[in-house]
Parts: sequence; structure tokens; C-alpha cells
Amino acid sequence: MGLPDDYRLMARIRRFEERLAALKDAGEIPGSIHLCNGQEAIPVGAARALRDGDYVTATYRGHGWAIARGVDLTGLFAEMMGRDSALCGGRAASPYLTDPDRWFIGENSIVGAGVPVAAGAALTAQRTGSGAVSVVSIGDGAMNQGNVHEAINLAAVLDLPLVLVVENNVYSEMSRIEDMVRVRQLAERAAGYGVPGRVVDGNDCDAVAEAVTEAVTRARDGGGPSIVEAMTERLVGHYSGDVQHYRPAGEVAAAREREPLARIRQAADPELAARLDLIDAEVAAEVEAAVTAARAVPFPDPATVKEHVHV
Amino acid sequence: MSESLRYIQAVNAALTWALDSREDTVYFGEDVALPGGPFGATKGLHKRFGSARIFDTPISETGFLGMALGAAMTGLRPIAEIMYADFSFVAMDQFVNQISTIRYSSNGRWKAPLVIRMQQGYSPGACAQHSHSPEAYFAHTPGLRIALPATPDDAYQMLRTAVVSDDPVVVAEARMLYPTRGPVRTDAPVEPVGGARVVRPGGDVTVVAWSRMVSASVEAAGALAEEGIEAEVIDLRWLNPLDFDTVAASVARTGRLVVAHEANLTGGFGAEIAARAAAECFADLRSPVARVGLPDLPMPAAPILQSAVVPEAADVVAAVRRTVGR
Repeated sequence: MGLPDDYRLMARIRRFEERLAALKDAGEIPGSIHLCNGQEAIPVGAARALRDGDYVTATYRGHGWAIARGVDLTGLFAEMMGRDSALCGGRAASPYLTDPDRWFIGENSIVGAGVPVAAGAALTAQRTGSGAVSVVSIGDGAMNQGNVHEAINLAAVLDLPLVLVVENNVYSEMSRIEDMVRVRQLAERAAGYGVPGRVVDGNDCDAVAEAVTEAVTRARDGGGPSIVEAMTERLVGHYSGDVQHYRPAGEVAAAREREPLARIRQAADPELAARLDLIDAEVAAEVEAAVTAARAVPFPDPATVKEHVHV
Repeated sequence: MSESLRYIQAVNAALTWALDSREDTVYFGEDVALPGGPFGATKGLHKRFGSARIFDTPISETGFLGMALGAAMTGLRPIAEIMYADFSFVAMDQFVNQISTIRYSSNGRWKAPLVIRMQQGYSPGACAQHSHSPEAYFAHTPGLRIALPATPDDAYQMLRTAVVSDDPVVVAEARMLYPTRGPVRTDAPVEPVGGARVVRPGGDVTVVAWSRMVSASVEAAGALAEEGIEAEVIDLRWLNPLDFDTVAASVARTGRLVVAHEANLTGGFGAEIAARAAAECFADLRSPVARVGLPDLPMPAAPILQSAVVPEAADVVAAVRRTVGR
């Protein structure tokens, strides 16, 4: 992996989210969606640290993690359209989707709830000696949930191969995280759990990859869990339809100068810029093909609605 | 082969069986490994199976139930212990939003073969926060199986069934039954999930009970027999899957129904049985359905106050008398 590949993956996530927002506006997506525009460098950087068999657990803002781990774009679109997708057959939609084939434990639409589940995947890895690690992403606001507190401590005392990536995008849903905690950095709390914690530039794919690789390596070697706080900014609302009146004027515009794709663009010489243009075009075509394919996926048969409550 | 065991010994025997016969089982909870549990349910297991298979957790019900889910999804078969059923409320998200939903919401792509073992109900002097019988909360949650063993044999058989099940199963024991002794079929094949049982036949009235109220209902039936009233006592055993057929078949014979549980009345699972009977047994019923349960109040701690409200055999006797018009 390197710059062109990272750019391609981040551009794929961005394009996916932008296309999804347009589909939402067009009435093709029935439920609420939570987009990760601006935060793409975090799943893409983290994915560089992972191999097949490593588990990833994300949040309802987790489309980027699914895509970074290779979950099929058509399946994602179809799932969010309420169609009979190969992912969850339309039963999960945007905020709770999962893909066992890609070791994607899945999203969770209860804030922080993925962390205990991810600890369980880490327990399996530890007890079976599989060598896998379990990476879980949460937002800054989730650091105030009891489930996260319990799971970090549990993982620490059991030395579980767990990596907690905190995507600090400034906003705890629709409130500033600085108003919700009395620490300057959330990673400071790592000391309270007796685990390593560090802060990285979450808009820098290489920085994220380096920090997560360090944590993953430690976890794989039996060194237990770590916390990586990745600083980023949300370019969009908390959810589709969030008018963001709570954000100061100019904040999003300034963030657009610092976001990971723009940053690569700003540093690109004409030759690289031309390559990036080509990647953008290829990604746009790829995403559009996925939308077209997703539209061809049938809606689920209502006669199946009671299936799978139990085994 | 049958052994005479106390209820708590039967639990221990079932857990020993699970850890011994299934490499994928792990057992965890508060004070379960080195201490052996506050009631001795896991006594000796850590010594025999070691920390790789049974270990203590922090006092973090949400954390370790979520961990059980993640472990079950990825290949283990965890048995997680909630020391007192009352403590499950701090982890309700795990029951309602996580453990129960993953199979359905993933369209059957994940399964969660885990057991949540707990013990419930009042005991003399236990306060409101250590006396709940929360089965109705779990029964209201689609995706969970719910087992309430009422005898030492069922404590053994139903816990083994739960371990083998590919669904998440809540096994709620009754602390007050732990000292009771009875024959346990230790070599019986593992039973499938579900199934109510007629524990005492009778033709005049059907009494449906579970957990501690089964023995209270059998005691009541003995007293009623002396009055010439023959009560048929059904141990419901599982609230999910619910074996209503056994209840309906009995009501078709008796025409009368009493439901007895230790949980408080409003919204209790007895209301569900009564509603099902009204919907499906209306033509058979010759008198209104009667319910026995705790009045709607938090459990008092003082034994003299508990005695005034905790349902016992006498309450079942009184309810039966109402249904037969005596």
C-alpha cells in the first residue's frame, strides 16, 4: 500500500458516502444514514495494519470501515436501499450492517456497544490461539459510555488482543466533545486503564497506519489492548438531515482544507494530480456501477420476515 | 443412572459436563473461578479446568455479556454468569439490543450460541435489589430462549440443553431451590429446547407454574385434594419456546386455569398465559383465569413483610378455590 492505493480507497469511501447522500435525497434510502466524510484516513490507515482473519467492529458511522475491509459496494448500497442484499437481506440497513465473510463483526447503532462485542472476538482469538486481533472503532462521544469503560478494563485485565480506535471528530453527536469531558485528549484516559494510549493525526493515513500497526503488533504479541485517538473533523452532519446549526460559521469550510483527500491534492504535483484525477474517475465509475447493480437486487420477500429469529 | 443431588450440585454437574465434553465452552463471571461462586455453583471447576476455560471478570455485566456475544459469534460457546438476576438490568442493552438481535439482523449469517446463567427470586432478608424475578423482561425480547428449571434434574438437563443450543439461552435458576434434593439423570441424552411437563395430573383445574412456584403448586394441589379438588400442575419449564399446547390441552380437560409465578403481577408472564388462554381456550373456560404473583411492590427485606406478600402454596390454594367457586 502507498499513496495511490490509499487515495483510491479513501476516494472510494468518499464517493460512496456522497452517492449515498444523493440517493437519500432522491428517496432511494428509507432510513437514517450517518456519513464519515472527512474521516476516511482512519479506516484506510487502520486497514493497512490488518490481515485476513482480523476482526473489525465499527459504529453506525462505519461504512468506511466496511469498505476499507473489502465489503462489497453493491451489497452495501442494496442493504441501505432496503433490498435483499447479500449482507443482511435488508434487515440491518445503514447503521447495523455486518459481513462475516470479511470478518466485519459489524456496525452498532447503540453508542459504544461494539467495544464489549469486539472484546469477545478478541477473547476467541486469544483462547483459540488464532493470532487474530480485534479492532474496534468508536467516536469521541462513546468514551462517555459505561460499556466502553467496562470493555476496556475487561480487555486490559484479560490481556485481550484488542485495539480501540477513537475517532475524535470534535462532535459527540451534536454537542462539542470538549463540553462533555474534562480531559484535553481522550487518550489520556488510557492511563486510567493501565493500557497504552496515543493521539495521532486522523487525517493522515500514514500516521494512522503507523499507530494502529504499533497497537496491532502489541496485541498480536500478547501485549494486550491499546487506545489510539485519531483526531479528525466531520465534514457533514451527525445524520442525514442534520442542518448543523450548532456549528460555528466557517468551521466546515476550514475543515475542508484539512481533510485527508484535500491534503493529498494540495501536495500533489501536476503528474500526481493527473493520476488522482484518473483514480477519481475510476472510483466514480465503480461506485456508479455498484448503484446500478444494487438497484437490480430485488426487495426481500415479506414471507421471509419471521425467519432467523432463532436458529 | 440417577444420582441424588441438591439443585446446586446439579448445576455444578452440568457445568462440569459442559467444560469436559465441549472444548469450545468457556465460563466467566464475577467470582466464579477461584471463589467458586457465592453459592458454590462452580466449586472445583477452576481447579479441574484451569484459567483458560473458567475465569473471573471485573464487576462489569455489560462488558462481559457483550464479550460473551462477540466470543459466541466468532466460535466459542461462552457461559456467562450473572451472580444475581437483578444485576442483568445494568446490562439490559446486551439482552435487548445486542445478544437477541444479531442473528435476525444479520439475516442468519451470525449465530450467538451462548448461555447466560443467573439465579433469581426472593430469599429471607434479601432486599428489593436482590429479589427480582425478571423472566417477563426476557420473555418480551424476541431472540432469547428462556429456561427456568424447577427441580435438580431440570437444573442439570436444561442447563445442558442451553449449552448445546445454537441460540442465546437465559437460564434462570431459583436461589431458594438450591438446597432441595432430588434424583438427577446424569446419563440422560441432552434434551431438545422447550417442552412443558405435567407434574401432577388432575381434572378440575389447571395450575401453570414455573421455577419455585412449581413445588408450591404441587403442595397446594395436595391440600386441595383433601377438599376433593383435583388440580393438574404444569411446570412450564421454558418461557421461550413456549409450549402452550400442553397448557391448552389441560385446560380443555379442566375448564379452569390458574397461573402462579413469584414475579409481580402486572405485566408478568402470567398475563401472557392468561391472554393466550382467553384467545385460544375461551370455549373451554368455565370460570375466569386467576393469577398468583407478588403484589406490585418492590420486595421488602424484613422476613415478616416478605411473608405478607411472597406467593406460596396457600395463595395457589386460594386462587384455585376462586376458580372453582368455593
